[in-house]
Amino acid sequence: MLKIDDTDRRILRALQRDASLTTAEVAEAAGLSTTPCWRRIERMERDGVILGRSVDIDLRKLGFDVTVYLRVRIDKTVRGAFEEFITAARGVPEILSIQTLLGRVDVRMDVVARSLEHYQEILKTRILDLPHVADVEALMLISEVKNDESLSL
Amino acid sequence: MTPDATDVALLRALLADGSLTAKDAGVQAGVSQPVAWRRIKRLEEAGVIRGRRVRLDKAKLGFGVTVFLGVKVSARGRGSVEEFERAVTAIPEVQLVQHVLGVYDYRLKVVARDLEDFERILRRRIMTLPGIGEIESNVLLSEEKNEPVRI
Repeated sequence: MLKIDDTDRRILRALQRDASLTTAEVAEAAGLSTTPCWRRIERMERDGVILGRSVDIDLRKLGFDVTVYLRVRIDKTVRGAFEEFITAARGVPEILSIQTLLGRVDVRMDVVARSLEHYQEILKTRILDLPHVADVEALMLISEVKNDESLSL
Repeated sequence: MTPDATDVALLRALLADGSLTAKDAGVQAGVSQPVAWRRIKRLEEAGVIRGRRVRLDKAKLGFGVTVFLGVKVSARGRGSVEEFERAVTAIPEVQLVQHVLGVYDYRLKVVARDLEDFERILRRRIMTLPGIGEIESNVLLSEEKNEPVRI
């Protein structure tokens, strides 16, 4: 594992709290001066500890009112079923995330739609047609109680 | 709000790299710096852009295990549901708590250092939550994301 010291952790904690901080602001929060802070951030980016920055988008504000988590079981008796399923699922734009899991469920997918009718249409025309699906269960998002990807560093 | 093609192009640029300046995002979207700046500001004010996040490699920082839990809550009455939500939200290893409709009542995402650490969190923190019922765990093996503004 990479060597991450307490100063690095303080830098990462500051960035987790607010990723829009400038290097000078991060340095101040982590208690060091700007140049060494910049060097440490640079090093952690090079080592792939910091993968990058992104914006957090509220899809509901863009008109996608429905989010459904599909729990899929795949017919594993067929050879190559997993790969074929995932390749096909990648091509459906309304599927935002595909996760493979170890447990009762094989694959989880996040699906967004503009409305319930739209969701039904996606389900019928795109998802149930995916190859090797043995069983699909749906969980519909009502509300997000917590969404905080911060790690306890 | 209904975003037009320029908004979508700006969002796409910022999703790929949230540290882009308005000028650089504008270059990718084919608009000038002041236009890009105004548009991004409007997207922020409308709440479309909720904020910026740093993406860290969990495994490299020693968090090797992500588990999704489906949870049933046997709590009766509003007070006990609120108590469950308050208690589950306070667990630092629980990154995501979603109230859902379906075979489970809540979806949780738990990040742990390893399976042993996960077991400790499950036994000491989650199984002791007020009103907790049936729990199903699925360990994350891999994840890939589609860009949300492809649609």
